[in-house]
Amino acid sequence: MGNILRTKRFWLVAPAVVYIGFFMAVPLLQMAYVSVLERGDYGGVNWGAFSMDAYISFIFERDLMDNLVVNTDYLQIFVRSFGLSAMTTVFALLLGFPTAFYISTQPQSRRNFLIFLVTIPFWTNILVRNYAWMLLLRNGGLIDGALNWMGLETGGLDVLYTPYAVSIGLTYTYLPFMVLPIYASLEKLDHRLVEAAFDLGADKRRAMSRVILPLAAPGIAAGCILVFIPCLGAYVTPELLGGGKFMMIANLIGSQFGAARNWPLGAGLGFVLLALVLISMMVYSFKFKSLPEESR
Amino acid sequence: MSEVVISARSVGKTFGSGADKVTALDSVSVDIFQNEFFTMLGPSGCGKTTLLRLIGGFEQATSGQILLEGKELNDLPPFKRPINTVFQSYALFPHLTVKQNITFGLEMQGISRKDAGGRADEMLELVRLAEYGDRVPSQLSGGQQQRIALARALAPAPKVLLLDEPLSALDLKLRKEMQVELKRLQTETGITFVFVTHDQEEALAMSDRIAVMQSGEILQIGAPREIYEAPTHRFVADFIGDSNFLVGDLVDGGAGKRAVKLSGGQVIALTQEVSDQRTGEVTVSVRPERLGLVAESDAGADQLTGTVSTIIYFGTDTTYQIDLGNEALLTVRMQNGSGAKADFAEGERVGITMSPDAIRVLAD
Repeated sequence: MGNILRTKRFWLVAPAVVYIGFFMAVPLLQMAYVSVLERGDYGGVNWGAFSMDAYISFIFERDLMDNLVVNTDYLQIFVRSFGLSAMTTVFALLLGFPTAFYISTQPQSRRNFLIFLVTIPFWTNILVRNYAWMLLLRNGGLIDGALNWMGLETGGLDVLYTPYAVSIGLTYTYLPFMVLPIYASLEKLDHRLVEAAFDLGADKRRAMSRVILPLAAPGIAAGCILVFIPCLGAYVTPELLGGGKFMMIANLIGSQFGAARNWPLGAGLGFVLLALVLISMMVYSFKFKSLPEESR
Repeated sequence: MSEVVISARSVGKTFGSGADKVTALDSVSVDIFQNEFFTMLGPSGCGKTTLLRLIGGFEQATSGQILLEGKELNDLPPFKRPINTVFQSYALFPHLTVKQNITFGLEMQGISRKDAGGRADEMLELVRLAEYGDRVPSQLSGGQQQRIALARALAPAPKVLLLDEPLSALDLKLRKEMQVELKRLQTETGITFVFVTHDQEEALAMSDRIAVMQSGEILQIGAPREIYEAPTHRFVADFIGDSNFLVGDLVDGGAGKRAVKLSGGQVIALTQEVSDQRTGEVTVSVRPERLGLVAESDAGADQLTGTVSTIIYFGTDTTYQIDLGNEALLTVRMQNGSGAKADFAEGERVGITMSPDAIRVLAD
């Protein structure tokens, strides 16, 4: 009986398993294979000719004498991407936590409405949203114009096509991913625990730091990951708001498959990124997995 | 009883507004004394928890004043009141160990970590869970969590400890144990306990005084014995223990006393002082165990008589339902083995004996 049920249940998930297995695992393996091949002279790869050049050239380049010398160009792009993603995550947290906290203190019917508002940006195409930000941020744009109109002579904001513009755009794009998990953990939080903290002499600040924040920590961590990781792979926003001058990992990978015609390097960079993401996920699950279960 | 610790003066509390307005408390006044185990007893929705939350500072009174040792508390937030609460759900901090839970309140008072730790150990000793300091709340049973909640609330040595139905989540055996435990803790610490419950047995067993509440009002305040033996309202008599209610007219009983004349013509003399202003129809209550049965032939002229309609044997006692006629039923509970003649049969005519001080005239 149990076996039949289990078999039936397997058929329920089978389409998803096949779909994911085929369309994710196969291309991934293909890319892993590509990353250890020799590059073709006009793009593509020389099938069957193995080479670790892609991974070596992540850190080294060959000088004229064919010696390996350290080249930090790619590393810098990685570091810059991580830095920018971290900055975006911090901005999103600073904006997202108070928002989530405010929503969680509202009556139930209002909460649902506010959460709905938070998700509205998802309804618009990401390109449209980024072009909208370009219009807002450019010199003589809406924000610049408004500041000048108020008598603040900006002499041009000069924000567009800078890392700041990219971070502003990314923060905007990924803010809902910060708000939603934090809201979920705050909503679950037993309000009586906050009352207990007040009762025991904690003022609002200390009730926040000693009770609410620690209990919302899993949600905060989840939110940070949900913002940080997609930020690392952001392509459209740095392309548009960074004006292509400001490269992030995804743009670098894109250019290797495109203009640079170095597929193995593009694939290799992808795997370096994947490895870094997996490591941070493991750190997260190691630190926070146990907590939500205990707090139940 | 010595000084007044908590004084509520005409305290009212309404929730909502307009058509949704609900009156939770309607001008309640009560004094709670130093070192007292004070219980607020009533069914759910009677306002007892609201009054407790007003004292704790979790709600703001709509009208009236709450005083702590003569000083008005109304505008003080909960964290500035020397009053701690044991919550119904315990509300232990799940992310802290048992010991950190107990030191929380002490650290908020600015007590050094070391001193707080020492005090926490004392508290764990007091609630007999000395070994459990390093556990987290989810590793404890309900009864243990209850004790930790008590230890946490008692640690900062509050002037008043509020307890919001703290035993309701425990099973019967544990509840009985905790009743004894609570009473012991109150005596040992000398802290005023204000206890909220809907369980009348619990209230009778532990309290120095009980306030019986209904629909946002306090009906009667008194010692358990007084509440039980001399209820002032039908609700009180009915809510606490079992009661018989009889309706009759107030008449002169002679010798400056009043009496109640029942519809059947029997007159019951009263020992209770009843104001001369009261006349006409009144309801009286009498506890089943304060009644006795005799053979009808032994009954006096003024005694109630009736027919035994049901006999239920309970082991320690036997309950007789007596049909008085006029669709009036009276419950008589007689202890078994007390030597009294108790072998009445169903359908037998009996006389009912009652001590005059067992009859209480109730407020309208």
